[in-house]
Amino acid sequence: MQKVTAKTLSGKAASLLNAGEVKYVLGWKKGEFDYDITPALFESAEELEKDFVWNDFSCANLSKYLIKYTRSLSGKILVFLKPCDTFSFNQLLTEHRIDRQKVYAVGVPCSGMADEKKIRENADGITAISETEEGYLVHTLYSDAPAFISKEEALLEKCLSCKGWAHIALDEQIEGEVFAPSADRFDQVKALENMTPDERYHFWQNELSRCIRCNACRDVCPACTCEKCVFDNPNSGVENKAAANSFEEKMFHIIRAFHVAGRCTDCGECSRVCPQKIPLHLLNRKFINDIDSFYGEYQAGLDEGSRAPLVDYDTGDLEPSQVFDWRDGQNA
Amino acid sequence: MPVNGYKPLIVAFCCNWCSYAGADLAGNNRLNYPADVKIIRVPCSCRVNPMFVLRAFQRGADGVIICGCHPGDCHYTSGNYFTRRRMALLFSMLDYLGIERERTRVEWVSAAEGAKFAATMNDFAETVASLGENKRLEDLRCKK
Amino acid sequence: MRKLSLENLNLAFASIAAKYPLYLPQDNSAGDAEYKKWEQGAKWSDKTNTVKSPKDFFFPQTEDLMAFQVSGKSIDIIDTRKESEDFVVFGVRACDVKSFEVLDNVFLTEPADSYYASRREHGIIVSVACTRPLETCFCKAFSIDPSEPAGDVSCYKTDDSLYLSANTEKGEALLAVISEYTEEADDAAVSKQKESINKIMDRLPLASLTPASFGGGKTKEFFDAPEWKSLSEACLGCGTCTFVCPTCQCYDIKDFKTGSGVIRYRCWDSCMYSEFTKMSAGQPRTSQLERFRQRFMHKLVYYPENNNGLFSCVGCGRCLSRCPIHMNIVKVMKALGGKKDE
Repeated sequence: MQKVTAKTLSGKAASLLNAGEVKYVLGWKKGEFDYDITPALFESAEELEKDFVWNDFSCANLSKYLIKYTRSLSGKILVFLKPCDTFSFNQLLTEHRIDRQKVYAVGVPCSGMADEKKIRENADGITAISETEEGYLVHTLYSDAPAFISKEEALLEKCLSCKGWAHIALDEQIEGEVFAPSADRFDQVKALENMTPDERYHFWQNELSRCIRCNACRDVCPACTCEKCVFDNPNSGVENKAAANSFEEKMFHIIRAFHVAGRCTDCGECSRVCPQKIPLHLLNRKFINDIDSFYGEYQAGLDEGSRAPLVDYDTGDLEPSQVFDWRDGQNA
Repeated sequence: MPVNGYKPLIVAFCCNWCSYAGADLAGNNRLNYPADVKIIRVPCSCRVNPMFVLRAFQRGADGVIICGCHPGDCHYTSGNYFTRRRMALLFSMLDYLGIERERTRVEWVSAAEGAKFAATMNDFAETVASLGENKRLEDLRCKK
Repeated sequence: MRKLSLENLNLAFASIAAKYPLYLPQDNSAGDAEYKKWEQGAKWSDKTNTVKSPKDFFFPQTEDLMAFQVSGKSIDIIDTRKESEDFVVFGVRACDVKSFEVLDNVFLTEPADSYYASRREHGIIVSVACTRPLETCFCKAFSIDPSEPAGDVSCYKTDDSLYLSANTEKGEALLAVISEYTEEADDAAVSKQKESINKIMDRLPLASLTPASFGGGKTKEFFDAPEWKSLSEACLGCGTCTFVCPTCQCYDIKDFKTGSGVIRYRCWDSCMYSEFTKMSAGQPRTSQLERFRQRFMHKLVYYPENNNGLFSCVGCGRCLSRCPIHMNIVKVMKALGGKKDE
């Protein structure tokens, strides 16, 4: 359950709309059920009143939409950003993808988001989900009493290792408690590194074989902002619309992860939206972990204007031939 | 350098200013290295997009090696420093996906190092040959 | 009606698998169901449906159509088609069975698609009634009864038995393969199950959804509706909805250069993609709004117009649960269909 209510947020937005300070509000819109929330643009206090929603399912990172809207709309856009979303926002500012003048960024304290897929896995026919302090009461068609799932069990993957830091780059911050960080986000990466190459190969073969090449991971990613993706360009020689074979899947995911390496803020949207539940964040975190350990800790989006590790170098950098020996030494 | 009669296909990306000249020197000095090393000349080692490496594997390469000027000697001042970071990360990622780490290599070869070029290629070809065919990053459509 | 005790289910699967490749929904490591080839020890998933629909069996995501092999100055044209063998797809839900009819109208209308036709001919579909429809299910809106699944064989799974009845000759032949494990039974248990399914259907959150205001001839009514703007606004332009959809049938034909020749293949395409139906003159639908509209207009207006009023949505609910931004055909129907009340 979020500590700040939807009323507080929509009230804030409505007053700014009414005062003419902003012309649009980018937020979350309620759906058919309690969990199917859609990012949406609101233009009036009435619309906000009717459809605005802020709860544990308002997971969508809204920063990428600002690229589109700051170009197509005239007038200031209020955007609600969770602490982790502000990293993406700041990274996009660094890359000059957003017109800062057109944005009024409001930081929202977040108490952790719920993973709809985790909840649905063990509940058929969900009719309602009510949020409590400790978790969720899931009402279904098939049992009279609601099933309880704790907040920890239902937590979204990215929230398990919440950045937990304060908001970065804002115009205004709504006060409230921020979710406390917990697990080490590199645990799974290290576990994979400690496997044998055969085990790693089979792990990824199993995961990536489910890929249907829907491109949802790419299209939702706030770091994937190319005007034309190389995989959509018929002249690139690598364009392919469907998962033709295991090479194509690997190629797509390696190149995608590489292209956002050093710019990926680890916002976790790729894994969240994957219809096949492929842990794509483990590819990004591998690069983040390597960058941190080879070239010094770096968090994309933390400060505006910083030079990303892959467009930078040091004359004393680690040689590619030393990478494995060096890491084996670290992990030992 | 066949191991049990198997000869690997090696793709070597060589920078125009150092390593390609190094390969030339190896040739002029009649130093032997396997004919299955296919050299692709690039203006600078940092021209090598990670996609090139993957596509070489897709098209049947069993090993990929990238050769450039020694760090500090880049014709374009800093190109190979970027190569160094990119390839360290890319090769680490390939290893993470379970692809044999010995199939990829970066080596700095200057225009004066014909002998080093030949020795590097001999050694790399032997290493790759001992691994056998590239199965983990192959595209069956490209197999005849 | 034949009755198979669930204790003998694996033996029955083994007998079928000895004769035909048998595909069965099984749980994968991500906790979802997917069709996988049956092997000893495989367990039939309890999930209501698979993530990817079984249209893959008849209209695969990618398939080679032909190949060209270059040697010297000559080019050989190779037929890459493999002689198809009979196969069994087990556990198909009523909605997905209906989707084959939607696909048939596209691929089997003259000139028929021989690749698709051959697989349809060889496929034996064993359907199963839904005992646990999900909140995202709305097959009833398209007149599909999940308690009366079609297919070559229809099944009903109860706590201890599987009731089977053949609807076609292919189905009869399949039941003959497992006849040693089945016995004649009356349909008392089945009628009871049908009744309980129908009760649940009435309680589903989307039970009142109807496509009545859509259909052929409505292009002008909906094409310029102002609602498309807000509906499509958040769309990412990914292909999730299209690729999990059992009725989406658009494809692209492309050439893959192998180094020594060319493989001409066909792969699923998505109207949500920026390159969809791109021609020499460019892309006919340049905005995401137009692409988004195309998908729903096709399902609710254009397709019924060309196919005697049959909608090309079967209400399986896959797009509801998989869309990254939760925009789907139900929201579109509710937003646009409200007009009839005005």
